[in-house]
Amino acid sequence: MISIRDISKWYGAFHVLKDCSTEIQKGEVVVVCGPSGSGKSTLIKCVNGLEPFQKGEIVIEGTSVGAKKTNLPKLRARVGMVFQHFELFPHLSVLQNLTIAQCRVLRRSASESEEKAFRLLDLVGLRAHARKFPAQLSGGQQQRVAIARALAMDPIAMLFDEPTSALDPEMINEVLDVMVNLAQEGMTMMVVTHEMGFAKKVADRVIFMDQGQIVEDRPKMDFFSRPNTDRAQQFLSKILSH
Amino acid sequence: MYTFDWSSIPGSLPFLWQGMLVTLQITLVAIVVGILLGTIIAVLRLSKNSILSTLAATYVTLFRSIPLVMVLLWFQLALVPPVVHWLFPNANFDLNLIIAFTAFAFFEASYYAEIIRAGIESIAKGQVMAAQALGMTDGALMRLVILPQAFRRMIPLLLTQAIILFQDSSLVYVIGLADFFGVAKNRGDSTGSEVEFILFAGAVYLVLCLTLSTIVRQLQKRITI
Repeated sequence: MISIRDISKWYGAFHVLKDCSTEIQKGEVVVVCGPSGSGKSTLIKCVNGLEPFQKGEIVIEGTSVGAKKTNLPKLRARVGMVFQHFELFPHLSVLQNLTIAQCRVLRRSASESEEKAFRLLDLVGLRAHARKFPAQLSGGQQQRVAIARALAMDPIAMLFDEPTSALDPEMINEVLDVMVNLAQEGMTMMVVTHEMGFAKKVADRVIFMDQGQIVEDRPKMDFFSRPNTDRAQQFLSKILSH
Repeated sequence: MYTFDWSSIPGSLPFLWQGMLVTLQITLVAIVVGILLGTIIAVLRLSKNSILSTLAATYVTLFRSIPLVMVLLWFQLALVPPVVHWLFPNANFDLNLIIAFTAFAFFEASYYAEIIRAGIESIAKGQVMAAQALGMTDGALMRLVILPQAFRRMIPLLLTQAIILFQDSSLVYVIGLADFFGVAKNRGDSTGSEVEFILFAGAVYLVLCLTLSTIVRQLQKRITI
């Protein structure tokens, strides 16, 4: 469904992504991990064209992300994305955050959008907060709203860019629980995260990145039991030891 | 010693009120048109198209480098009359009022454009990405996500600019328009109590502007909390 082929990206002279390639099948959950600065967030932002790349090709269900003639807004509307810092729209209520793109991008009616929004708020356990504004919610609640906002577009796949990194420890699980449910319902997901518990529970594959390269791309069991490279081994021992 | 004679002022109040209406009209038109035009210029200035952004930057630099008095005079002597005569050959407008409206609107737009540009740039990049990720086009995300947030942040600055504009509108005396200040000056001349009328006008400006600034400060407190 998502095919990443030989992606390279430079910031000036700095080579951020080096010939990254991978495939994500429909219904697959792929976790991307690696030390900070390894390029994992940049890679996931390339998938829906939020970051441009200079070389290679990313194809989502037959549409090339980098091609000039591609209608990027239309393509992005079909791929959900959740950000590290939630990025809810602070001037809109929770409900409006969930309906605005449904109404303005998908041209759904107000009543249809609201119905969908309330169904998703039920799913993330926040129906009671529909009329509140983002600033009135905790970080964990905001991130659950952000997931619901992305799901409201009926995405064919979901991208998560470090969805729990900005959260206080006690709020991480409420967000992971929503993501685990989503994975178990068959959503196609690409997740940049350090939460190896999440990876062990629901990932099909784990991608390990270091210095802009995909160093390992293997089924979960293989990756955790015997990583191929020293770099991945070191990373795992650091992250799993606490 | 000079003794003040305020006796002419009560009888002149209806005239002064007419003048105040002109002042308020100019201020209001310049705020509304200035903000609309200023928003368009700010968006153009930030556009990826280098021709559009250069044009917008030139507009801003040009108007901000010319004294307002000269803008008023140029609009009166060269720009507005031919255009109005060409558009409405038979109409019977108060041409000076049209000149004041347009000159102030175009002039203020350059100041509003800079305030609005700073407001747009103050919105975090993550908001743009979130809107893009939801499939919004550049136009939609500007209208639905960026501008509503930017304007909320800019309200105190926009109001402060409006207060300055309210005072600056007194400059229309150079094109012979009877605004509040103009009327006060004329009445003073014809009644021989120039000093009293100017003092009275100054007091009115002072009270109105102080009141407005207090409101802005309260608003600022509420917004920053």
